[in-house]
Amino acid sequence: MARLRAEVLVIGGGATGAGVAWDAALRGFDVVLVDRADLAIGTSGRFHGLLHSGGRYVVKDVVAARECVAENAILRRVIPQCIEDTGGLFVTFEDNDPGYGDRFLAGCHTAGLPVEEIPVAEALRMEPVVNPAIQRAFIVPDAAIDVWKTVWSLADGAVAHGARVLTYHKVIGLHTEHDAVTGARLRNELTGEELDIDAGFTINASGAWAAQIVRMAGIEGIGVIPGKGIMIGMNHRLVNTVLNRCAMPADGDILVPIRTISAIGTTDIRAADADEIPVTQAEVDQMLAEGERLVPGLRRARALRVWSGVRPLFQDEKAGGAEVDTRDVSRTHAVVDHRKRDGIAALLTMSGGKLTTLRLMAQDIVDAMCEQLGTDRPCRTAEVRPPRNEDGRYYQVGSRLAKREARLLDEQLICECELVGRERLEETMRARGTINLDDIRRQLRLGMGPCQGGFCIYRATGILHGVGRLSGAQASTSLLAFLQERWKGVWPILYGDQLRQARLDDWIFQGLLDVEHLPETGTGAPAALLEEEPIPA
Amino acid sequence: MAAETGHDVLGELMRGSLDHCVKCTICETFCPVSNVTPLFPGPKYVGPQAERFRVPREESPDASLDYCSGCGICTQVCPQGVQIAEINTQARAKLRKRTGFRLRDRIIARPDLTGRLGTPVAPLANLMLHSRLPRRIADRLLGIDERAPVPAFAGRTFQAWARKHRSPPAPRRVAYFHGCGANWYEPDAGRRTVELLEYLGCQVDVPRGQGCCGLPLQSNGMFEPARRYVRRLTRRLAPSARHGIDIVGTSTSCTLMLKREAREILGLDDDPELRMVSDHVYDICEYLLMLHDRGELRTDFQPLPLTVTYHAPCQQQGHGIGKPALDLMALVPELRVIENDATCCGVAGTYGLKTEKYEIAMDVGAGLFAQIAEARPDLAVCDSETCRWHIEQATGVRTVHPIEILHRAAGLSGPGH
Repeated sequence: MARLRAEVLVIGGGATGAGVAWDAALRGFDVVLVDRADLAIGTSGRFHGLLHSGGRYVVKDVVAARECVAENAILRRVIPQCIEDTGGLFVTFEDNDPGYGDRFLAGCHTAGLPVEEIPVAEALRMEPVVNPAIQRAFIVPDAAIDVWKTVWSLADGAVAHGARVLTYHKVIGLHTEHDAVTGARLRNELTGEELDIDAGFTINASGAWAAQIVRMAGIEGIGVIPGKGIMIGMNHRLVNTVLNRCAMPADGDILVPIRTISAIGTTDIRAADADEIPVTQAEVDQMLAEGERLVPGLRRARALRVWSGVRPLFQDEKAGGAEVDTRDVSRTHAVVDHRKRDGIAALLTMSGGKLTTLRLMAQDIVDAMCEQLGTDRPCRTAEVRPPRNEDGRYYQVGSRLAKREARLLDEQLICECELVGRERLEETMRARGTINLDDIRRQLRLGMGPCQGGFCIYRATGILHGVGRLSGAQASTSLLAFLQERWKGVWPILYGDQLRQARLDDWIFQGLLDVEHLPETGTGAPAALLEEEPIPA
Repeated sequence: MAAETGHDVLGELMRGSLDHCVKCTICETFCPVSNVTPLFPGPKYVGPQAERFRVPREESPDASLDYCSGCGICTQVCPQGVQIAEINTQARAKLRKRTGFRLRDRIIARPDLTGRLGTPVAPLANLMLHSRLPRRIADRLLGIDERAPVPAFAGRTFQAWARKHRSPPAPRRVAYFHGCGANWYEPDAGRRTVELLEYLGCQVDVPRGQGCCGLPLQSNGMFEPARRYVRRLTRRLAPSARHGIDIVGTSTSCTLMLKREAREILGLDDDPELRMVSDHVYDICEYLLMLHDRGELRTDFQPLPLTVTYHAPCQQQGHGIGKPALDLMALVPELRVIENDATCCGVAGTYGLKTEKYEIAMDVGAGLFAQIAEARPDLAVCDSETCRWHIEQATGVRTVHPIEILHRAAGLSGPGH
């Protein structure tokens, strides 16, 4: 059996794990980051894309608000290319608690959050589709953050500092020796091969799956309540500023312009299993009804896709009881020190947290590791920019259009909706070495636009085959797997324009290409491609 | 636009129509421009696709959208109701805010101004416009292609004729919206329209001081002056509409501007005066066919033993009224009409005048020109003046408005006309 050695093993390739790998690698540790699937496909890849200013928490949770204020400023500095500086609007409605606006302003001042109240007319000029019945409007430095760009930038930064990233490697056991974790056994999910990692220290950054990991070291009593949230991606940017309802956090009160779409979110429902989070039509309906209050006519706008994610809301039996409403569980994070809690050394678990504070979470847990290891290496993530952020400029939505404009005459356009050209596609296929079109999707946004792959994914499949990585049968299987995955996000919102699109796509794939009867599918295809459910970290 | 908030509801709705796009590509297969040049990436690309990447606070990066000729065929053929041409026209206006407006565009977008300047000095102006050297200079300095057709100033205006003309009382009363073309360049065409309408039992008002409708400004991205122009014209036409008098126009793109485009593209839908005028505006062939359908049109036309081709211009098709000119010409005995089925002549108003676009315009029109050449007609017929000038220049076949055919058939054009 293959054997790897590392100083630090990071389990979980979401935003937290990538942040930890980047932080630890920058401090000079030899890091291995593992994930049971691709990077950022669990909770991280399934949120709305909001980089909080802190406004959402100023009234309810001032500690969380302060963290957001500080981290928002730092992330804008170190990963600007992952961030679009949209700004945020908080708007109040007549039927909200009339005192909330003033409490919000006071909370902003307490948390040190820069806020400005603007006249309603000005807010409506900024965002013409916002409900004209709003009573007050406040501007805060919310922003949109592209989680896949963020996670890949951090992971590539870690690799540039000597780290290794193993995707599609699932932890199937933790090794312990003398009351300390000494490594893990992994299984390659694509080949089925197993390997051992000897690690001086292990950081469990697997979020909603953290309890399953620590159980492998015999640790009990840690529970993670999967707080399910659904989000609906609307076909275009209905707003260009993050829109928040200025009230106590509730369902469907945020609309985030993220790249070419706008995402409305979210709900918070206790789920039984982090791997079983189907979206129901009732949830979709509720979300649209709430969205309609923010933006009248939202129901008539085209919904592109719906997805759900699970918040890792921790409960520690040794620390206290169980709350019922998952929204009442604090959004701040905490490092669980298993040496103190369970007498097991060289293992830390990150509990709670949110994307906006991913850098701080990483800093805190790597600090705690350094303390346990008795070494003093200062954190540098607040100063150093990871790859592709060096120029210090914010992301521009039109940048793809600008790049495309330069290549209009000499490059084939493959994904028309998200403007992915052939060269970039082939480069990514080669660089990633993946056979999974869904991995390519997350990296390039291939097939994420209005037609949901209807017009590009058969082209991309042919190219993937042509690039030489896949047999015909594997390519067909990859195509089918992609279509199945896309379909899951589309069927709960099949009405209006997206229904028409789905019918056309269906006609292309079933009627024209007869994809269900492609020759030889399934033979030699990696099992991971045919799994029914997505495989989060 | 709601004045108090600047709330551009209509603009948002138009932009929102991009949601209906299912990528079917029908618009691209019909686009006359993207079919002849790779410089224009096509209506689906620049319309519903690129629009998702355009953000107000960012600069427009896609200058290629300027190769759109604005013919509007994409919007007409879209089975899903995406307002592709309109989205693109608005994007162009935003692009131009960044790039600025060329002197050339400022000139050719104001036929009213050029007409006003050129008319008093018509002989000299015409000599300049149709001589090689000045045209070459205009080509190099301004970017107006030296080969492009430009009309000659008549040296007298239709308005001047109309002021002296007294239309006899008749049971039906209409107002004539003549447009810049008839006023400055083709006053005889305007006169023929009035004569025909009178022959058909109409008393014809010619509202004074009719200026440009703003369409060339709009299609060149100059929305602010376009709004001023169309509002000014609207004020002149509004009294007729207020009295319930229908307004007929021979310039089919300009009547479309009043009916629909100024409201939709310039966002003037809540201008009450414009709405009132819109409700009373007709393309002249549409109006005459409506009379015919009611049994109220004189049809005792004289035989006209001619062969003519008929091209329905894109803007005429934008009315959504079919091809009434064909139905009207069918009333003329012995007239043989060959319908052209090519989509666009290429000129698209001012597009084909531009040096960088002239050859594209000629390529777009190649199919139509070939059809006309093959038919060897006595006359070519087309409802739009800029298209007529372009077709005439390209084919050498005299090209007239359908009204001129009816005028002849009514026996109003003496021999030699």
